Amino acid sequence: MEPLLRIRGLSKAYPGVQANDSVSFDIGSGEIHALLGENGAGKSTLVKMIYGLVRPDTGTMELLGAPYAPPKPGEARRSGVAMVFQHFSLFEALNVAENIALGMEDAPDRRALASKIREVSKAYGLPLDPDRLIGDLSVGERQRVEIIRCLLQNPKLLIMDEPTSVLTPQEVGILFTTLRKLKSEGVSILYISHKLEEIKALCDHATILRLGKVVATCTPANETARSMAEMMIGAELAMPSARDYQPGEVALELSHLSLPSLDPFGTNLRDVSLSLRKGEVMGVGGVAGNGQDEFLLALSGERAVPAEMIKLKGAAIGNVPPEKRRAMGLLTAPEERLGHAAAPDMSLVDNAVLTGQTRRNLAKNGWLNMRKAASFADEIIARFDVRTPGNHVPARALSGGNLQKYVIGREVLQSPDVLVVNQPTWGVDAAAAAAIRQALRDLAAAGAAVLVVSQDLDELMEMSDTFAVLAEGRLSKPQPAEGLSIEEIGLMMGGTHGMEAPNASA
Amino acid sequence: MLRLERRKAPSTQMLWLTPILAVVLTMLFGGILFALLGKDPVAAIQMIFIEPFTDSYSQRQLLIKGGPLILIAIGLSLGFRAGVWNIGAEGQFIMGAIGGGAVGLALYGTPGIWVLPLMATAGALCGFAWAMIPAFLKVKFNANEILVSLMLVYVAENFLRAMVTGALKSPDGRGFPESRSLADYASAEMPMLIKAAGLNVGGLVALGAVVAAYALLARHRLGYQIKLTGQAPRAARFSGVKPGFIVAATLGISGALAGMAGLFELVGPAGKLTTNFPLGYGFTAIIVAFLGRLHPVGILLAGILMAATYVGGETVQFQLQVPAAAIRVFQGMLLFFLLAVDVLVAYRIVRKKEAV
Repeated sequence: MEPLLRIRGLSKAYPGVQANDSVSFDIGSGEIHALLGENGAGKSTLVKMIYGLVRPDTGTMELLGAPYAPPKPGEARRSGVAMVFQHFSLFEALNVAENIALGMEDAPDRRALASKIREVSKAYGLPLDPDRLIGDLSVGERQRVEIIRCLLQNPKLLIMDEPTSVLTPQEVGILFTTLRKLKSEGVSILYISHKLEEIKALCDHATILRLGKVVATCTPANETARSMAEMMIGAELAMPSARDYQPGEVALELSHLSLPSLDPFGTNLRDVSLSLRKGEVMGVGGVAGNGQDEFLLALSGERAVPAEMIKLKGAAIGNVPPEKRRAMGLLTAPEERLGHAAAPDMSLVDNAVLTGQTRRNLAKNGWLNMRKAASFADEIIARFDVRTPGNHVPARALSGGNLQKYVIGREVLQSPDVLVVNQPTWGVDAAAAAAIRQALRDLAAAGAAVLVVSQDLDELMEMSDTFAVLAEGRLSKPQPAEGLSIEEIGLMMGGTHGMEAPNASA
Repeated sequence: MLRLERRKAPSTQMLWLTPILAVVLTMLFGGILFALLGKDPVAAIQMIFIEPFTDSYSQRQLLIKGGPLILIAIGLSLGFRAGVWNIGAEGQFIMGAIGGGAVGLALYGTPGIWVLPLMATAGALCGFAWAMIPAFLKVKFNANEILVSLMLVYVAENFLRAMVTGALKSPDGRGFPESRSLADYASAEMPMLIKAAGLNVGGLVALGAVVAAYALLARHRLGYQIKLTGQAPRAARFSGVKPGFIVAATLGISGALAGMAGLFELVGPAGKLTTNFPLGYGFTAIIVAFLGRLHPVGILLAGILMAATYVGGETVQFQLQVPAAAIRVFQGMLLFFLLAVDVLVAYRIVRKKEAV
């Protein structure tokens, strides 16, 4: 049978990097096709060529047998190719229907569009009220807006870039039901993800990219997650070793920590209490935007709270500034690498100074010892296998995974008593993620208390001794991670949030 | 077809080539400007850019004129690096001259080698205090420091007018709006250190500021925090930098240096306070800071180049009878071209390939 999209020998080079190297594969009609690969494997470039955002250097594509070379996304959409991006482009101050109208070439009038949105959202099991403001929607609901925007164009091929990274397990279930329904109607889906279990559950075929080339194709149902991971990284996966959990005395205690968000669409932190012991890894799950940012700002000291709300080894430190907290043994690693955890245009040496000044004695009477800073940077690079031409390169020149290893390494090597990390492996390839998790567990094994905030449940289940969920700014009661089921966690995470049908009163 | 393509990393080479390119473009278009005014463009450009470096009188003037520009620009560059935009150095310059000058006038006739250091300190303190106004309003009420510092220039100018017609008016000036001449007061006179080079105490302080700023930015914690705040404000907060402190420190330093420059200008070339005392050095120093890439050594070179346009500009005014405003246009052009060619640091020009 004629494939829907035939890709032959697509290549694209950027200065200094061959992003895609004669990639060829077919996507059949009505199939869910997985595109797998580590960060930097060339998935995004490939997808951008299919969607008309980037033009290939060489190679051809055929859509239903006809030559297909979209010069721009509008052209791709007219040919029946639609895409849901990982990062949404929605205006928070406008409502659902207005946002969808903005993305359409010839939008029907508001009333007709609203009823069309209701119709499509109902048909595909994606409840959505066209009159609600985007700012009031959860991340999962925002994704529905993007999906429905695509579905209104009756696509033949729907490209989805990491769609589940922001969803609760229940929302993932709803999304999968929708995707299977689309498939049964003959729509093909190109599904990009890191999450191997999902691909096993959902996809008919998989094409695996490494360093810009197709290295394997497979039928996910016949593979294990491990075998696919190994095809993807081309090496055996280093799983963290098991560890005895022997909790010591309380290192960090939060009592009724509350902090209003400065962001008008942010979430206020409400009444968060926990106690974290030496040698313990506590995982804090939950979908981003539920107070994680505020939680981290309060712990790092970037925002002050009443002193008694945070106690480090018994000392009240809620109002103590960041550098002093570090001196006392509390270190943090924020989620955003570029611009928050690291200064993009500064060298790795300068970035070592960013948090290492006090604990590493890099300054004396206000004067920095740059030689010492350089050797600290070199130590991080060596111990955490950071791939870089040297310690002089600016942080932005490193790939995401390498910079993350650097940023986590910088904190771990300062031997903290308490380390708080947010999304330690977000957007990081499997090998680097495994190394980071191992480093955090080793730190706890050596007697530090580690608090891991993450959206990745698999990661938290793998690492944590105790587990809690941050939802709508409140923290659930921490409990032993052993024996928790994914369903229980899902209910802790959002309960039924965003799953009830919209009030179809309008 | 030519088009701009983003570079992978900003070009260091271009970072230093673009100021030179800007100077060349200024020469070219400045020449056109002079030609339109009916003057010989080649002679004019030569008088502005070449003669100040070859003629021995003009050579001495370079450091004398460049000193205050460099001193002010060094201070401003620290703020600019941190994203703190002090546009009011002219006001701090004037207040420094008034404050330091008032000390000298109060001590008028008293001998002592401590007089000039005391005046310089007073000048620096007055400039510092004047700069603390925008700093305070910024930290407390998040008022825009660009507007506040700029507006305070006009307040300072009017304050100067009030002083030279009031409290600081010369008792034997026959009613002219000017102070006593500090040039007649030996202890307040600025010592010339190396006559052949035109290096006076003000010039030495300016050179000292260049070295100090270099060390501060390369090695000191405060310099590090300044750079960090400018490049990544959130990372700076995470690191533990207090944004309010950086605002106050950079405005304070630039205010103190501008105030001291004002005092040196008063005890050096100007000699006395008059309503014509402000020459716009505080504004020209902004051009110097950017032309020098906010780098201490760059500022030293840019300050000397800018001084040349002043020295040469005077020659051109005198010999070719062009209006003084033409020289200011010329200096403005320099900043304008610098900003325009700046795009080459982050982008490169490529020849567009024909569509396949």
